[in-house]
Amino acid sequence: MKAAIIRRTRADKVFDVLNVIFMVLILLIALYPLYFVLIASVSDAYAVAKGQVFLWPNGFTWESYMNVFKEPRVWTGYRNTIFYTVVGTTFSLFLTIPSAYGLSKKSLPGKHLLSIYFLIPMYFSGGLIPTYLVMKDLNLVNQWYSMILIAASSVYNMIVTRVYFQSNVPEELYESARIDGANELKTFFAIALPLVTPIIAVMTLFFAVSRWNDYFNSLIYVTKNDYLPLQMVLRSILLNSQTALQKVDTSSMDVDAIKNAARLAYMAEAMKYALIVVSSAPLLVAYPFVQKHFVKGMMVGAVKG
Amino acid sequence: MTNSVPSVPVVPHRSLGRRILDHWQIYLLIMPAMIYFFIFYYMPMAGLQIAFRDYRVTKGIWDSTWVGWKYFQKFFSHPQCWKIIRNTLGLSLYTLATFPLSIIAALLINELRSGVFKKTVQMITYAPHFISTVVICSMINLFMNQSTGLFNNISEMLGGSRVDFLGNASFFPHIYVWSSVWQDLGWGTIIYLATLSSVSPELHEAAYMDGANRMQIIWHVNIPSILPTVVIMLIMNCGRILSVGFEKIYLLQNSLNLDVSQVISTYTYELGLLGGQYSYSTAIGLFNTIVNVLMLVIVNTICRRISDVSLW
Repeated sequence: MKAAIIRRTRADKVFDVLNVIFMVLILLIALYPLYFVLIASVSDAYAVAKGQVFLWPNGFTWESYMNVFKEPRVWTGYRNTIFYTVVGTTFSLFLTIPSAYGLSKKSLPGKHLLSIYFLIPMYFSGGLIPTYLVMKDLNLVNQWYSMILIAASSVYNMIVTRVYFQSNVPEELYESARIDGANELKTFFAIALPLVTPIIAVMTLFFAVSRWNDYFNSLIYVTKNDYLPLQMVLRSILLNSQTALQKVDTSSMDVDAIKNAARLAYMAEAMKYALIVVSSAPLLVAYPFVQKHFVKGMMVGAVKG
Repeated sequence: MTNSVPSVPVVPHRSLGRRILDHWQIYLLIMPAMIYFFIFYYMPMAGLQIAFRDYRVTKGIWDSTWVGWKYFQKFFSHPQCWKIIRNTLGLSLYTLATFPLSIIAALLINELRSGVFKKTVQMITYAPHFISTVVICSMINLFMNQSTGLFNNISEMLGGSRVDFLGNASFFPHIYVWSSVWQDLGWGTIIYLATLSSVSPELHEAAYMDGANRMQIIWHVNIPSILPTVVIMLIMNCGRILSVGFEKIYLLQNSLNLDVSQVISTYTYELGLLGGQYSYSTAIGLFNTIVNVLMLVIVNTICRRISDVSLW
């Protein structure tokens, strides 16, 4: 009997050790590319290009960041994205939270039809061109509010929030609120909302992430330079100048000119790392604060609807 | 005896409209979303009819000439048609093949003894999910660059030779799929960890008492308990079989890999928005959506028959 227990714990120990080693490997794979971007962004441009940066910064310098901040497009993009994220997320929450609450009510008449109404778009949609044409007809293309109104809702988030209401606000509370004479609106604001702040935090983060990182919608609906969000600016700097190094035409230059041109090209490359840090840092700093609610928010029923 | 019957107030049968009016305040809360969905989802659905019309801007959606299946025939007789469908399906199935990785990761994270380490693993593996597609693609370009890229630097340091990952089309599917695994492996575990956290501890204790070791508990207790979630996720993934990530493919596309990277979504974008062939592009998009819905219905029906788990 005792031997059996010991043998079992030994097998368990081996399992645990292997599991931890495996997890450490996964951590390294997840983290190293991000860490590399960070150290490359503060390293000397030439050292990065020559492959002399691996574990720590080489030739520490803020030069890349200086170059990023000298770029007016980055400032405009940043400003627009902050505006789209703050106002857009608020609008998304306004669409999602009250409707999720309404759909969580057991006694709601017509609930079944409403659920179907909201579920159909999850699987069937008009697609790119019809949506574009409707947006154009409604004068929603290339306006300062385009990026706020377009792609503001998510059926999935609505369902997740609805399930959270159902499992975190006990039915008796609604009952007693009704007996106390509170109307439906008052019940929503004074009783239900304070009980679901974790899911509101999670939804705020989810919507903010999709707003901040959105590229597709701005590609389709916004072409005016003044309205371009950060991701569009990033794209034009990060992906279009990738040939800066190859563009250096060596045939018609003397040695100093070649050196100078190469240096500029290396700097353009190094600047990309700084740009990645500058654009990704806000979200990477924000999500750990909400992380503890992720798992709780994603109840099983959430997926099923 | 009649007194013991609970006195149910006689509710006269009232019409749905009447009962909705009684709950107008709740409907007021739902109204913004209803209007939003009508404008942004249902109106475009009505616009799908231009797939069967010869859309002209001057005539609009409802008055353009009806041409029936013309644009569908045009697509299926296009020499590129099957290549594009094959590319789309290929990338999609390859992505689907990595579906079990998050499940395995979740099962292993669930076994970690130390709470702090568990939280750390979760936090760090979530991180890549929060990075935008534009940034992911530029990281791919930076790291895979033949002369300056990190991957080539490392492989050269280890004695390998430099490879032109970006200029060689055969690398494209692997880059596309494995960068997604890197980005979403951790994030994908959340749904399974949520299910695992609701497994009753008594079940584990009982299995332990019966002499089950860790692997046996995972196999006989944990896996069966997340199976319904797995099935649901699988059904939902099958409902997206022809929808591969537009952003990433579009951003990774270049003239060298176009042969394997042209997919339905990028093709409809090019043709429709850039080329102005609205009806043709809509027809292809509609075909795409219908295949997705069909797959969803078929897989859902199969799952309901064999496992009792289904979306509806």
